[in-house]
Amino acid sequence: MSDTKREIRHFIVETFLFGQDSGLTDETSFLEQGIVDSTGVLELVAHLEKTYAIKVKDEELTPDNLDSINSIADFLAKKRA
Amino acid sequence: MHPEKTASDLLAFDCAAETDRIAASLRAYLQKNRRRGLVLGLSGGIDSTVTAALAVRAVGAERVFGLHMPECQSEDATLVLSRSVARWLAIPDALEDITPLLEAAGFFRRYVEAARKVIPEFENSWKSKVVIHATGGSQTFSYFSLVGQSPDGRNVTARLSLEAYLEIVAATNFKQRTRKMLEYYHADRLNFAVAGTPNRLEYDQGFFVKNGDGAADIKPIAHLYKTQVYRLAEYLGVPAEIRQRPPTTDTYSLPQGQDEFYFALPYQQMDLCLFGKNRGLPADTIAKAAGLDVPMVERVWADIDRKRATTHYLHLKPALVESVPEVSS
Repeated sequence: MSDTKREIRHFIVETFLFGQDSGLTDETSFLEQGIVDSTGVLELVAHLEKTYAIKVKDEELTPDNLDSINSIADFLAKKRA
Repeated sequence: MHPEKTASDLLAFDCAAETDRIAASLRAYLQKNRRRGLVLGLSGGIDSTVTAALAVRAVGAERVFGLHMPECQSEDATLVLSRSVARWLAIPDALEDITPLLEAAGFFRRYVEAARKVIPEFENSWKSKVVIHATGGSQTFSYFSLVGQSPDGRNVTARLSLEAYLEIVAATNFKQRTRKMLEYYHADRLNFAVAGTPNRLEYDQGFFVKNGDGAADIKPIAHLYKTQVYRLAEYLGVPAEIRQRPPTTDTYSLPQGQDEFYFALPYQQMDLCLFGKNRGLPADTIAKAAGLDVPMVERVWADIDRKRATTHYLHLKPALVESVPEVSS
């Protein structure tokens, strides 16, 4: 597992799952599993912008970019390329 | 199944019978809980007007007390219309301008401080509103923007950060909670109960402030789709100026429709989607009745589920670690 994925997983587990990560895989859909709601998306974006020194544009706020650990890692890789 | 039902057929109901049923339920509640009448806030909107009219049908005009609770950011039409409702129903009423209470609670200062986090030049003299945006396909993420308008008419839109969004919502919730505090003041002094005014769409989807407009002793129209509330309004003879007023939140200083802030579609279509989902009707039946395509109906259904999950907490009573059976109802 990459450092980025590890860090994202840690954030998701600590922020939304109160430290209980049972069943959370890198492919788990946050929306389908009810892990992240609209406030959670804002929390996630704030974390990514602060931690990775990126600016997430309005049009980038999509499930394709932010709905799983894998999609976030891919999104960050593109943003930092 | 209702393959060829029109929108109007799907939500049809017997207005006279429903009026009698609601009135009987209100009387039974008051009798059981030994309250002498009903207090409610009047906004000049369809829901509070129909609720007031039903309350009058149930217990008579002299046992219904209407409150007008505008503040300095309310639409001018709000007080004019709410007063016209009290006159139409001939109910006792009172004006409680909540601006001084909001000022004392720090609402205006807190709102400006939060708004400046995304629009640094924002001042108290600016008008503003929060707007929701939905992105993506069948599964969507939502985010919120603050739309600010300076006194010289310049518009600025900025995406809200988590902190700014939560602070703006928290500050704005003072409005609904202040109004509810006054409703209970009058209910206590009159020995009345408080009637809440949500319709089914608002109640189901959590479009209310916990311990604000979500608080009440009885919610007489929470089981009725908004389309049905309009039909009841016609049956009850609600003045046309109320029935023709577009639904508004009247919460922010810029005009804002409910479908701009919370619901994905105008209420007529939202009602049909919610009704179809609740009754297990096929998506294409609802799509035809609502003038939508099937994928859109499915997106709205997914959004309904998401809002139910997100707002479930708003419906909960305070949790206890252990039940206290001696006083639980």
